[in-house]
Amino acid sequence: MSIRVVRPGLLTTVQDLGRHGLQHLGLCPGGAMDPVSLALANALVGNPPGAAALEITVIGPELLFEHDTLVALCGAEFQGAIPHNRPLLARAGERLSVGRAVRGARAYLAVAGGLAVEPVLGSCSTYLPGHFGGLDGRALRHGDALPLAEDVSAERFAALKRRRGASVRWSAPPLTVPDREPIVVHAIEGQHAGLFDTAMQRLFFDTVWKVAPESNRMGFRLAGPALARASTDEILSGPTALGSVQVPANGAPIALMADHQTTGGYPRIAEIVSADVPRVAQMAPGATLHFALCSLETARELRRDAKERLDAALRSIAWEYGN
Amino acid sequence: MARLPKPLGVVPLGDLAAYVEFSRTLDLEVNAVAQRLAAAIVARAVPGIRDVVPALGGVALHFDPGFDGDVAKTAAELVELCMKKGLPDADDLGREVEVPVCYDAEFALDMGEITERLKISSEEIINRHVAGEYRVLMVGFSPGHPYIGGLDPDLSMPRRATPRAMVPAGSIAIANQQTVVYPYAISGGWNIIGRTPLVAFDASRGSPSLFAPGDRVRFYAIDRREFEMRKENP
Repeated sequence: MSIRVVRPGLLTTVQDLGRHGLQHLGLCPGGAMDPVSLALANALVGNPPGAAALEITVIGPELLFEHDTLVALCGAEFQGAIPHNRPLLARAGERLSVGRAVRGARAYLAVAGGLAVEPVLGSCSTYLPGHFGGLDGRALRHGDALPLAEDVSAERFAALKRRRGASVRWSAPPLTVPDREPIVVHAIEGQHAGLFDTAMQRLFFDTVWKVAPESNRMGFRLAGPALARASTDEILSGPTALGSVQVPANGAPIALMADHQTTGGYPRIAEIVSADVPRVAQMAPGATLHFALCSLETARELRRDAKERLDAALRSIAWEYGN
Repeated sequence: MARLPKPLGVVPLGDLAAYVEFSRTLDLEVNAVAQRLAAAIVARAVPGIRDVVPALGGVALHFDPGFDGDVAKTAAELVELCMKKGLPDADDLGREVEVPVCYDAEFALDMGEITERLKISSEEIINRHVAGEYRVLMVGFSPGHPYIGGLDPDLSMPRRATPRAMVPAGSIAIANQQTVVYPYAISGGWNIIGRTPLVAFDASRGSPSLFAPGDRVRFYAIDRREFEMRKENP
């Protein structure tokens, strides 16, 4: 049982929620850049939130289904025939083409039962720099066969139909895709903010930053004014985290994303709050954002709010399955 | 037993990670305490904490997204509790790792510049590098990339002014009183003195990383023929 890749798209990889507990060996967790949309897509096909799915980036793939397969596409809005945010039964022999992203940058295509790639170090996520995980540690190519874990599509689609009749007329809410730009990204003060003088710190929060083309799953480079440090003393290499914003010598900030380095020697001017990281992940090159300084306590509240919104959406989807 | 140093503070790395900082400069004693503390935290298997990362100057804790508390406060309380209960002995942590190195000119890309700068012959540099007793201070930056302390102070030198665009995988390099091993071919600015045939990180191995924080490391010289014989393929 598999799905055939007719056209791979710009960068389509297998991702789940990543591999944890290995950062002391220098291995970042990786996983879906926007785990919220991954969880929604999985829920729509009756999977647990972290089942392995396709992460589709900016230009989508064309897939040929060899069997009736229940699928769902969540996250960024793409051109093409696949309806977003609802389950869809792709018929045997059917081709589904995902076009170009029109709002947001990344979408997740989940299949009922999940993709059955071999886990590496506890995760199916593709880690491109290390060439492992997912499908041979690389992005999809023309002709690839994506193995499916189990044949549950017919049974799950039947369960959905029992609930609502033949058609599925409801949809899940897009939780991470921006309505308008620049988006506001909340960030707490970074450990090394003090290495920049007050004017530079203000500049960081006043600037509308543009996501630069050389951004990837490791980090987003932000184009804007150069942030000059007050002192150029080397700092001791220290830990980084998902959402750390570091400023290398050229003064152009880098926001660390899913495949980030685990330690670094550049000053960290800010730390993006966890609730906003999936929203940043939806920024395509050229998209704009600005930072809003917040406290750790506010970051925690934003995290709770985001979790409540996701949990509510997941509950309502589970209801459609009669769970 | 020496008194344990107190952390300088707890720095939130966003709302799901915190860095318990002990020192802003490289201090091998403090680094050893960070590793002992990390071991004590790991041993407690605290729910909600999924990564404990000993770094050069402290310990970072990464929390599960479902964690509802305040990371800085939780980290500070946990550290205080662990330090009060006593930390495991440094000698009980880490393994012995022996690393064969071929120091041939073909691999020692920066040896010329090093001998010129330090006014020490390449033979003497190799002898001193091999004689050192080393400990892994941190593994970070990229998977399996160790920062190894214990370099002979006479071999101390800064990083190259201009980093190399591509450092070959397995390269052994020195700078900042440390030795590193490049697990992957990446860009880098450390001074390259040789190459190991071992693969430092292989995701398909049961124990993927050759080096872990706290490991005691010994380098020994091998010739080109042995290098080829022992060459591992990732």
